[in-house]
Amino acid sequence: MIEIEKLTKRFAQHTVVDDLSFRIQPGEVLGFLGPNGAGKSTTMKMLTGFLAPTSGSARLFGFDIQKDTLKAQRQLGYLPEGAPCYGDMHVRGFLEFIAEVRGYRGAEKRSRVARAVEQVELQAVLGQSIETLSKGFKRRVGLAQAILHDPRALILDEPTDGLDPNQKHQVRQLIQNLATDKIIIISTHILEEVTAVCSRAVVIAAGKLVADGTPFELESRSRYHQAVTLVGDAPLDEVALAALPGVAGVERNEREHSLTVLAQPGQVIFPHVSALVAARGWNIKEMDVERGRLDEVFRTLTRGEAA
Amino acid sequence: MRQLPVVFKRELASYFATPLAYVFIVIFLVLSGVFTFYLGSFFERGQADLASFFNFHPWLYLFLVPALAMRLWAEERKSGTIELLMTLPITRAEAVGGKFLAAWAFAGIALLLTFPMVLTVNYLGEPDNGAILTGYLGSWLLAGSYLAIGSCLSALAKNQVIAFILTVCVCFLFVASGFPLVLDAFSGWAPQALVDAVASLSFLTRFDAISKGVIDLRDLLYFASLILAWLMATAVVLDLKKAD
Repeated sequence: MIEIEKLTKRFAQHTVVDDLSFRIQPGEVLGFLGPNGAGKSTTMKMLTGFLAPTSGSARLFGFDIQKDTLKAQRQLGYLPEGAPCYGDMHVRGFLEFIAEVRGYRGAEKRSRVARAVEQVELQAVLGQSIETLSKGFKRRVGLAQAILHDPRALILDEPTDGLDPNQKHQVRQLIQNLATDKIIIISTHILEEVTAVCSRAVVIAAGKLVADGTPFELESRSRYHQAVTLVGDAPLDEVALAALPGVAGVERNEREHSLTVLAQPGQVIFPHVSALVAARGWNIKEMDVERGRLDEVFRTLTRGEAA
Repeated sequence: MRQLPVVFKRELASYFATPLAYVFIVIFLVLSGVFTFYLGSFFERGQADLASFFNFHPWLYLFLVPALAMRLWAEERKSGTIELLMTLPITRAEAVGGKFLAAWAFAGIALLLTFPMVLTVNYLGEPDNGAILTGYLGSWLLAGSYLAIGSCLSALAKNQVIAFILTVCVCFLFVASGFPLVLDAFSGWAPQALVDAVASLSFLTRFDAISKGVIDLRDLLYFASLILAWLMATAVVLDLKKAD
């Protein structure tokens, strides 16, 4: 379990992380969201013991990162932002170095390295020096380094930043495979990633926690939660749609003859809409129920407006 | 200190992964040869010792050793690997010590490669090989002192060139602190005790003694404590500055 309590970091006069508190249980994949400069990386740097907090504490599996730094650091694997690695080293040499630092020697060291290499598919570049690798491979070297000792907690700072869609998919799959018994914290500003891999999302803005819940709960805070989008081949009757029970409003979309019917919070309007469609005999080409738009929730939350 | 050898090994290997090591060694060997035979008048002196070899080391190191030390931490900070290193389960002492010892061992390797000097002087005459051995020891301690200073200043500066220049300046002050150049700045106003204290910081007097074959425990202690103090300063600076 990771316990973060009243964590605060100030640089000169500027407060980057402001009184942040939350707990994470094993098995959770926590998406750490926020606009650039919100304090995501700084929080992670404090969690991993790289930065000392101005006040507050972080405990990993009972070890305080400030007082029991080494014991806490043994519990975690960390991929810093941009996946820095020693560029002049070969992939194998670098991973063996990490394994030795983690206390593995001899056969155990080789098997640990081999396993990590297999998990992130680095076999093809083992003998290459890291600076000659593509961005995707570099990121995977960083990931291999973080998972090598099979840590109980993984902290990944923007693990898919700058990767192509295939590589993103691969990294997400790896995260899901690892997720069963570990704590995984991923910082990201790619929202699709949160719905794809995270079981929980924490949103911070200007260093403060503004939302904490499952991706589904976040989506349900959207105005578009349970909204029904209709595409017809003739103009639709907006007034009749707006008059249905539980409807909060009707928006016109850019597409011709397309409307989005918004639901009031907690209401399910799809049955009413489809009943109206059937009663009027409209020829509907498409009809979708939306789960909610995460990007819209994200914007509302991080701009400081009430969701 | 269990992980110190791991850091040491990686660091030492990294010198040889780039041309830096070879360039450094070649320049060091050529310059030490030039200084010994031309400026030091090795043959003209007609004496079977390596004084003309060791005498120039404080000045040779003044520019070569900072070039070796400047990358110690500045490079880690620039490339961001410092974040990786500092979040691995190793102590500050292991990181600072491991990296410093690797640089020092590298300087030792460069120094050992000057062995043809020893062969030459033994071929030409009958030198006091004990004195030559202490000369090497003194030279290595001197290199270690320069490196420890460079390690601290490299942790302070993100830019390697700035680290280099700062290190040259500070090392020069330590070399020259026995000269009027530095002492005159103090002698006008400071009590004699302080002037003496500054003068006693000089590398030169202590290095001269060791390179002539006189091993005084106080001189060894001086170099050891100087190295330790600068390494501790490195650890403190790292804690303060690593995130900038």
